[in-house]
Amino acid sequence: MSNLETSSLYQLSLSRLKLTLREPEALFWIFIFPILLAVGLGIAFRNRPADVLPVAATTPQLQQALAADKGLSASLLDDREGRHALAVGTILLLAEQSPTGVIYRYDNTNPDARIARMLADQAIQIAAGRRDPVDAQDSLVHETGSRYIDFVIPGLLGMNLMGSAMWGLGFSIVDARQKKLLKRMVASPMPRWQFLMAYLLSRLGILAIEVVLLLGFARVVFGVPFRGSIVELLLIAVLTSMTFSALGLLVATRARTMEAVSGLMNLVMMPMWIMSGVFFSASRFPAFLQPIVRALPLTAAISAMRGNMLQGLPIAHMLPLMGNLLFWFFVPFAVSLRIFRWR
Amino acid sequence: MEDGTKTLPKGTCSLCIRDLRKSFADVRAVDGIDLEVRAGECFGLLGPNGAGKTTTIEICEGLTTADSGTVELLGLAWQSNSEELRQRIGVQLQETQFPDKLTAEEVLRLFRSFYRHGLTVDEAIGIAQLEEKRKARVGGLSGGQKQRLAMATALVGDPELLFLDEPTTGLDPQARRHLWDLVEDLKRGGRTIILTTHYMEEAERLCDRVAVMDHGKVIALGTPKELIASLGGEDIVEFAISSSDPRVQESVHAVAAGAVAEIPGVNSHRVDKSLHQLSVSELHTTVPKIFAALREQGLHLSEFRTHSASLEDVFVHLTGRNLRDE
Repeated sequence: MSNLETSSLYQLSLSRLKLTLREPEALFWIFIFPILLAVGLGIAFRNRPADVLPVAATTPQLQQALAADKGLSASLLDDREGRHALAVGTILLLAEQSPTGVIYRYDNTNPDARIARMLADQAIQIAAGRRDPVDAQDSLVHETGSRYIDFVIPGLLGMNLMGSAMWGLGFSIVDARQKKLLKRMVASPMPRWQFLMAYLLSRLGILAIEVVLLLGFARVVFGVPFRGSIVELLLIAVLTSMTFSALGLLVATRARTMEAVSGLMNLVMMPMWIMSGVFFSASRFPAFLQPIVRALPLTAAISAMRGNMLQGLPIAHMLPLMGNLLFWFFVPFAVSLRIFRWR
Repeated sequence: MEDGTKTLPKGTCSLCIRDLRKSFADVRAVDGIDLEVRAGECFGLLGPNGAGKTTTIEICEGLTTADSGTVELLGLAWQSNSEELRQRIGVQLQETQFPDKLTAEEVLRLFRSFYRHGLTVDEAIGIAQLEEKRKARVGGLSGGQKQRLAMATALVGDPELLFLDEPTTGLDPQARRHLWDLVEDLKRGGRTIILTTHYMEEAERLCDRVAVMDHGKVIALGTPKELIASLGGEDIVEFAISSSDPRVQESVHAVAAGAVAEIPGVNSHRVDKSLHQLSVSELHTTVPKIFAALREQGLHLSEFRTHSASLEDVFVHLTGRNLRDE
């Protein structure tokens, strides 16, 4: 027998890995779901041309002037039709000829209507011969790395690593406890820390597939950039996975039933889903919440992944984030080992 | 398989239990037990469900801590030598479910990796007679095969002391006999085995000595033969009296009891649900005398049967209850 064959840590990890890969439902949640989510978000937030705002005018001259702006689509309506269209929202603004000039009829609490007011006024003034004293030109920014999909992919990766690590560990540990397998294991000379560590190590095998699949998909389909070191990105992913595995372990240390562990799991993950900046920047939370937001391991993981992928930051510049993840790895693991319920 | 080199010489004490006590809430699960199991013997803890067998064996296995009393296995105590003890004992628990999606072979390879010395996976599969199922997943094994796999995981470290907790509970008769054959092979291999059961025929067939447990106490201890002989007779006679008038039932039983009690060869007598049970020696001369005595009193038999005394009868004699009443 080879050394690996007789190593209990290797055998424990290998068994866990096999058990995960032989569970079809788990495979869906780990591998297929994040890609479906990325596709859905990619479609929802794809880059569209800027919206064209519908407006109307009461005279052909005004309509012509408005139509000259590409940001507006102008129609010609009489006064009564125009007010009706305004009331039901088919146009944002009605330009009426008045004896002295022009009246803009619009709702100033609607941001789109305010933009329409600015565009319409500009178009009408230019048509009337206004010349701007300063020459201005537009340079449009649609480059990769600043799109929503670029922002959301690291968030999805972090969220997925958290979910698969925590659900994967929590359920299988409680299942083993219910089936008295844990009790049987501690009746053998197996070192207990190895049993728990094997859960974390077996996750790394899954992780490799999970990360490569999601990031590869993001690269090929959306052209998401990788500006930092790929090796460091994988290192961050490994640390993230170990951290959430340790948290999953902690959540499952005492629970005897699936219901109990599910509830605890949601309790732990919910704040991170909301506050850790998966779908929008965590800096949007008010200042008094920021210490909590920054203490959450998912915030640290996602920040580090965004730092690597979008800004090309080396790990050396993100040490506080790494420290956060290491803390959330060691403390839950050590506590779990002490209070774990083996029967 | 390694032989005798590290096992204790035959006859010394493999497991010593002194005044063991354990309570759960207000239930005294184990209430002052003393036992000595000698090296190389197969020792049975026999008793109904809830008698304290499993609690006792789990304290011996180091899975439960006792409230008081001492347990020594192979001359070692759990408090100071748990690591070494884990290496040297094998344990089969009641109702362990191994992961459905691992194969029998994978489960054994996993358990083998925990032990410094032991059998090869192939040897363990051979002993458990799972050759044809080695590549089959646990979820696809029958109850008997699962139980044999559980036994193989207990054996894979080549233990000096083997604990089997209710190894045949829930198995069909054929699978049970198959498992008995395995245990008998292990006995021939010279291992010390401690098993719990509530099947008296299992204890009679497999165990060199038996401790009968009830309510957390050992109420009888000895070889199955000794225990049966303690009834005073080798055979059990059971009969019922027919009576047309239910009001005189009580007196009829009293008369019958009086009639048979004086017969030489009848060693004990009890009535359970209007069935008379006698412990009898010299069946061939005693039975005619019973017939004669009953006829003399004008009593009519509605039932009459005899069987060789078993551990079941010992238990009934000691507690007034049947083993599986619970």
